Amino acid sequence: MSEARVGRIIEINGPILRINLAGARNGEQVRIGSLDIVGEIIALEGDIAIVQAYESTEGLRPGETVNGLGRPLTVELGPGLLQGIFDGMQRPLTEIARVAGDNIPRGLAIDSLDRKREWTFLPCDGLEPGDTIGVGELLGTVQETETIEHRIMVPPNVQGELIDLAHVGEYTLEDTIAQIRDKNDQVHKLKLYHRWPVRIPRPYSRRDHGVEPLITGQRILDTFFPLLKGGKGAVPGPFGAGKTMVQQQVARWSNADIVIYVGCGERGNEMVDVLESFPQLQDPNTGRGMMERTLLVANTSNMPVVAREASVYVGMTIAEYFRDQGHDVVMLADSTSRWAEALREVAGRLGHMPVEEGYPAYLGSRLAAVYERAGRVQTLAGERGSVTLIGAVSPPGGDFSEPVTSHTKEIIQTFWALSKELADARHYPSVDWVDSFSQDVSIAAGWWAENINGHWDKRREEALGLLARDAELSRIVNLVGPEALSHEQQWELEGAALIKEAVLQQSALDDVDSYCSPRKQFELLELVMQVFDRGKKLIELGAPVQELAEHPLMARIRRAKSTWRSDETDDLAEFATEVYETLAALHSEYASSQEAAS
Amino acid sequence: MSDVEYRRATAAQGGLLVVSGVESVAFGDRVRVRDHQGRTRNGQVILAAEQETLIQVFEGTDDIDLENTWVRFLDQPLVLTVSPALLGRVFNGIGEPRDGRPPIVEGEQRNVNGSAINPAARNYPREFIQTGVSTIDGLNSLTRGQKLPIFSASGLPHNRLAAQIVRQARLPGEAGNFAIVFAAMGVSYADARFFEESFADSGVLGNVVMFVNHADDPPVERLALPRVALTAAEYLAFDLDRHVLVVMTDMTNYSEALREVATAKGDVPARKGYPGYLYSDLSEIYERSGRIRDRHGSVTMVPVVTMPSDDITHPIPDLTGYITEGQIVLSRELYNQGVYPPVDIAPSLSRLMKDGIGKDDTREDHPRVANQLYALYAKAQEARNLASIIGAEELSQRDQRYLEFATEFDKHFVGQGEDENRSIIETLNIAWELLSRFPRDALTRVSETDLAHYYRGGDEAA
Repeated sequence: MSEARVGRIIEINGPILRINLAGARNGEQVRIGSLDIVGEIIALEGDIAIVQAYESTEGLRPGETVNGLGRPLTVELGPGLLQGIFDGMQRPLTEIARVAGDNIPRGLAIDSLDRKREWTFLPCDGLEPGDTIGVGELLGTVQETETIEHRIMVPPNVQGELIDLAHVGEYTLEDTIAQIRDKNDQVHKLKLYHRWPVRIPRPYSRRDHGVEPLITGQRILDTFFPLLKGGKGAVPGPFGAGKTMVQQQVARWSNADIVIYVGCGERGNEMVDVLESFPQLQDPNTGRGMMERTLLVANTSNMPVVAREASVYVGMTIAEYFRDQGHDVVMLADSTSRWAEALREVAGRLGHMPVEEGYPAYLGSRLAAVYERAGRVQTLAGERGSVTLIGAVSPPGGDFSEPVTSHTKEIIQTFWALSKELADARHYPSVDWVDSFSQDVSIAAGWWAENINGHWDKRREEALGLLARDAELSRIVNLVGPEALSHEQQWELEGAALIKEAVLQQSALDDVDSYCSPRKQFELLELVMQVFDRGKKLIELGAPVQELAEHPLMARIRRAKSTWRSDETDDLAEFATEVYETLAALHSEYASSQEAAS
Repeated sequence: MSDVEYRRATAAQGGLLVVSGVESVAFGDRVRVRDHQGRTRNGQVILAAEQETLIQVFEGTDDIDLENTWVRFLDQPLVLTVSPALLGRVFNGIGEPRDGRPPIVEGEQRNVNGSAINPAARNYPREFIQTGVSTIDGLNSLTRGQKLPIFSASGLPHNRLAAQIVRQARLPGEAGNFAIVFAAMGVSYADARFFEESFADSGVLGNVVMFVNHADDPPVERLALPRVALTAAEYLAFDLDRHVLVVMTDMTNYSEALREVATAKGDVPARKGYPGYLYSDLSEIYERSGRIRDRHGSVTMVPVVTMPSDDITHPIPDLTGYITEGQIVLSRELYNQGVYPPVDIAPSLSRLMKDGIGKDDTREDHPRVANQLYALYAKAQEARNLASIIGAEELSQRDQRYLEFATEFDKHFVGQGEDENRSIIETLNIAWELLSRFPRDALTRVSETDLAHYYRGGDEAA
């Protein structure tokens, strides 16, 4: 890489500067002016380089100096990432608050990872000096948190002969833990961390298909619109529909090893909410605090817009790094629309021709490139790891035909469409069962059949079918009134209402219902569908719809989800038996009265 | 540099002035412009280049000629001098007195743009503020440090509601060290006077700082006004430990001024001619509310947004809703039925409510009661729709009960007097009176314990 070079500012237009810098390279990092503001070269025009500044440019003057750093935007990858909160350039926000107070100052040079902290490094058994070491190969481990083992790997761009490997012991990030001589006889001193440019996807040996669903503990997601580990999902919704709640629930309860939450142009208080509430929550799979496996990248809406564009790449690179260690990673990006808007803002200032709603023509390809970094792979070291990417989308006016939503829809496999109408009626999560889709139901069905119940697929389809009938019948009711419906059809409406209330609605605020295990998900769905089927037969025997619908059992079925915890499915099964018996008794009652009548 | 005046204006259009050949002007610096009559105007550098400097003139460029215009660069950004003497005063959009009293000279000068609050330094807002308005307290509670806008439309009583909130808002059981910052952008004289009188009537004028830009004042000044006002609010909250309620009216006028300047600058428009950075720009304002760790004060924001043509999907309310922590939506339909305050609960929302209410904050049944009311109201709306097709008489008994509930709900829960200050307990009690019209089994969102404690319905309700 070239040495640092000095240039000067020609023009300042908000976050975009024109500078004169000899040997400038696209993507190169620069430090600007006396304030030492961070920026990145995004275009070259003859002698002029165009720079986007990651911090406010207020107070800068034409003529001030610019230092070219000769390297692109990189992140630091090593122990100390987890439980942290970083800004869009991976600066540690807690540390910034400690040294600089309540507000974020400009030009602060601060290491992403703590250099003083010592970690216990455990070298791999059997590695000896003289061994040939390949890219991405495991050197040893550091127990970063109680639940997460941080694997120290050879960076993807180094390989050769191992000269030296550190013994078990305490090391800081700057200590050398291994030395490798490459084929050019150059010796690389490896540390517990390395750097990687954020805009270059980390290499892997090959891509694999997704094989199992990500379990989020949310019924509408897991049971109705499953997303695979390593899959790509989107959560579009107008404001107030509950995008953030859905994302936070996934961050809380999903059965991933690592969760990376990128708050991209969103509210500061939401980040605080995660920071304050996650340590109090227990992982249902490990019983440990949720924060131990979580890290936050926060570029809130009032932070400089250019760093917002970078924050998604920063989050993604960290996600890939944990994937390379063989972990299943979930990355949540809230919101990709703000990311796209940052792209638009810069494009506008560069004079790029706008195509739709002011967005540049390359919006679709940039979005696709980000989503394509998700996936399940075989790592360089031969392990399996995955990055599942779930992006929130904030369509203006809730209009799903706008550019960001429509481009996203073409890229992803699972689409959790949030509905304003459902949210207004406080039906949460407001995932619309008509607009949402999952392309991976058949793969998920295999997992459910193997681990929970072979009828999952059938029950799921029946339930969705009933909901579709409900939509159809509701239209008729709204035209001519409920009297036009047959008793069977009226019962279908009741059945759909029961699915909505007893299964689909799930309160994130209810301690019992916030997380629902796959077993409990299936039991609840089975209960409701059984009640519908049995009720249908009762109606055929002449039982009045109203009487069934207002039977005291129904209120208890609606409360079942928040009555029994995920580990109390036996009690739930007992209740189901009671329900079936009651309905059977009713059945014989009506059957005999019908017989008597005939 | 501040002593030198340049006479090199080369273009003037709308609120923008171009000056050529002035080297090394800092981006964002304040500018003083003297016109041919010797009157001074204020401006700010919005593009700084070696050859050309673009200045946004807060008073506009009417009557400016290029020949006789002198520009002086003040070598500092737009600042507000902060001191306790701010309280009780009235200023314009750039912090100059408009109450005929002398400017504040003693105090610290603060850059009005501030800098982003570090999310890691924030405290999550979780203290319930009682506004005395049932639809807010009961269903969309406000917490200290929250930003909760009122989405309204022309002709609706958003100002009356905002004034009522200002008069009544307090933390239960605390007298409070409060202050009010009133930021008025492009408001009519009548509206400005209404607020002033309302503050005077409730005897709080000594705790109010007003920043006023009237409808006939220069629009460009509206761009600086909320930033100036929030600089004052932050000072009162985080230096003087006050709990500050910021009322901003009307953010629609602000956004229109932004569009005006953006268009003049030639920025690429996104939706309805508004620049692509409207979201970021509004965020810089709204995100200045909050609580900060180890600071006693707070900044709570109640901005008013009038929805052009009553359209909630218009970019201004739409982007506001994506940034703020909920919204209180007023309805023309309810207003026409004589309901005050005409709050439409369905689209209204408070995102921070969940952490500010319940056992230790308001009452333990509160979250579930709110949930239950919403669920019933949604069903009642369906019944209303149905009744409009087949007639109310044709409805089933169940639907008729919903219909009656909706009527009573609008009348007694939503509707209340402009001076009626209901405690949260009163609000919840009214809620239970309404819930008790239903049979127990219909109330599946409240708990058995809630029913045992508060349910008043008898068998006849079934």
